[in-house]
Amino acid sequence: MRFQFKTSYEQDIGLFKDKVDATWYGLLAAVVLILPLMMSDYYVGEATWVFIYAICGVSLMVLVGYTGLVSLGHAAFLGIGAYAHAYFLQQGMPWVVAMALAVAISTASGIVVGLPALRMTGIYLTIATLAFAVIIQEVFSRWESVTKGFAGMPVDKPVIFGVSFQEDASFYYLCLFFLVVVLWLTRNLLRSPTGRAWIAIRDSEIAAQSMGVNLAIYKSIAFAYSAALMGLAGALFAHKIAYLAPDIFNILLSIQFLLLVIVGGLGALHGAVFGAVFVALLPPLIAILRDSIPATFSDVARSTGIGVIGLLGDAIGNFLKKPGVEAGIFGLILVLVILLEPLGMYGRWVKIRVFFSTFPMYKRATFKRQKAYMRSERLR
Amino acid sequence: MLIYKATELVNFAQGDLLMLGAFVAFMAVIWWGLDYWLAFLISVVTVGVFGALLDATVLRKVIGQPQFAVVMLTIGLGAMFRTFASVTWGSEIYTLPTPFGGVWKVGDVTLSHQYISIVVGTLILCGALYAFFNHTRIGIAMQATSQNQLAAYYMGIPVKLIFSLIWAISAGVAAAAGILLAPVTLIDINMGLAVALKAFAAAVLGGFGSIPGALVGGIVIGLIELYAGATLPEGFKDTAPYIVLLIMLAVRPQGLFGTMARKKV
Repeated sequence: MRFQFKTSYEQDIGLFKDKVDATWYGLLAAVVLILPLMMSDYYVGEATWVFIYAICGVSLMVLVGYTGLVSLGHAAFLGIGAYAHAYFLQQGMPWVVAMALAVAISTASGIVVGLPALRMTGIYLTIATLAFAVIIQEVFSRWESVTKGFAGMPVDKPVIFGVSFQEDASFYYLCLFFLVVVLWLTRNLLRSPTGRAWIAIRDSEIAAQSMGVNLAIYKSIAFAYSAALMGLAGALFAHKIAYLAPDIFNILLSIQFLLLVIVGGLGALHGAVFGAVFVALLPPLIAILRDSIPATFSDVARSTGIGVIGLLGDAIGNFLKKPGVEAGIFGLILVLVILLEPLGMYGRWVKIRVFFSTFPMYKRATFKRQKAYMRSERLR
Repeated sequence: MLIYKATELVNFAQGDLLMLGAFVAFMAVIWWGLDYWLAFLISVVTVGVFGALLDATVLRKVIGQPQFAVVMLTIGLGAMFRTFASVTWGSEIYTLPTPFGGVWKVGDVTLSHQYISIVVGTLILCGALYAFFNHTRIGIAMQATSQNQLAAYYMGIPVKLIFSLIWAISAGVAAAAGILLAPVTLIDINMGLAVALKAFAAAVLGGFGSIPGALVGGIVIGLIELYAGATLPEGFKDTAPYIVLLIMLAVRPQGLFGTMARKKV
């Protein structure tokens, strides 16, 4: 086990725990920077999705994982950001201005939702955000002078200060840049008084209030910040998807974002990134399996002479081809994660790390969940 | 169409249980050629047992965890049910034949028996549930369990069994609602989702945990939708209930009949 002795204030406020930590992140950065040079355009595009989803994940992580407010309406903020950005670009504004306006509008809508949401708790808030998302989706399809309704709205590739981001690789770097900025900003915010206030609210609203945390202000900030990040992600999303239609921003997308933070691991920024990798890469993985499983199984069947294996491969392939199977697989994974590893992929990673760093002394009980029972919150 | 919750478990898979109920009834009537009422019974019992099994195998593991975990779990289960249905029954749209074919004429108003069957069915279900929860030993035990599991357990209530029972009843009611609704909305794999969202709006409007509240909430939502569709411009029909819901939640967050106090630290 590695012990860290802090000898100066700089060490205490540094972004990374120590030099070893910083080296690992440096290596990761190097790999991510070199990656597009070695991959085909298809995989660069998928990696770009990971970055956009990661920004969405950080946005929702701030709200769900750190402030404890569960929102089922984040696709609406994403849509607001995307449509605002596309609209202002169409009006001939420079890219940076359009982006800033998109983020501003998204933030404003976050505050509008956040204000009535201050009085609600738990499931009521979730339903309220859900209602908001349904309304916004209807607005997208009806407000045709701005959004073009179901006819759709094309979005060109970004051109920033005369530099065109036509190629997939250059857009990859753009998204990476924004993700790093967002992560840096959020990480610093989370260890500031604001972030600590959010965590206090998540753990116990009343205790936080008793300690002098202004619930209304900090919940509003959380909502506004989360919506701002979602607006930013929306602007990038618009470029990536290249064609906006109202039915993209539906409830299933919001559920997918929640899935992202849960599978990744609630209450950790790493979780948002892990979850983004998972959510963005699972559909292409299913698509690949769909084609490769019957082929490999039939190869095995031919070489071993057992026909059943080939039939089984065909059955799995056909099953994966059925419509709606993807949602079911997502659902299955969600159920398994909640039952088996409530802390998500990041929680599992922490356990593995602790196992190795304390090698012969690891105890399962370290991470054992406390037994709990439920008591009503609605009785006086 | 109502979702009732006397427990504090919020079930986002309710709509999909409803869909399963409708599909089971459809299968019983069309494929096996059974009588409508028999199919109704089979469907309610099957889905009810399924709900109890679900509780015993999956949901019991998250007891005591935040409400949020249950919400996400049921969302995941709902997605699995939809996939299961689309793989088993395909994604076509089916119709369920009913014995309610005729039409009543009361003055100038023509009432189809189908709609009357829904209204009567809903009233019977609600009345039965209300009586069950307030006037039977098991019903009161269920209320106690939902208020404080540990205290209920100390009082000798078999909490686990009660939970399975609650889920069985909840799933059975969803199935019954699905069958009643089937002639109007037709049966397809997404029927549950649309209904469930509105039902949540209704439940929240009335206040969670209050059966009369859910009934009133459902009626209010239905009326708003109807009037908004008739009087306001197109597009308001689907959103008006949600707008009202948002305003409602901002003004009176606990719903019309809900009671809510702050949790002790």
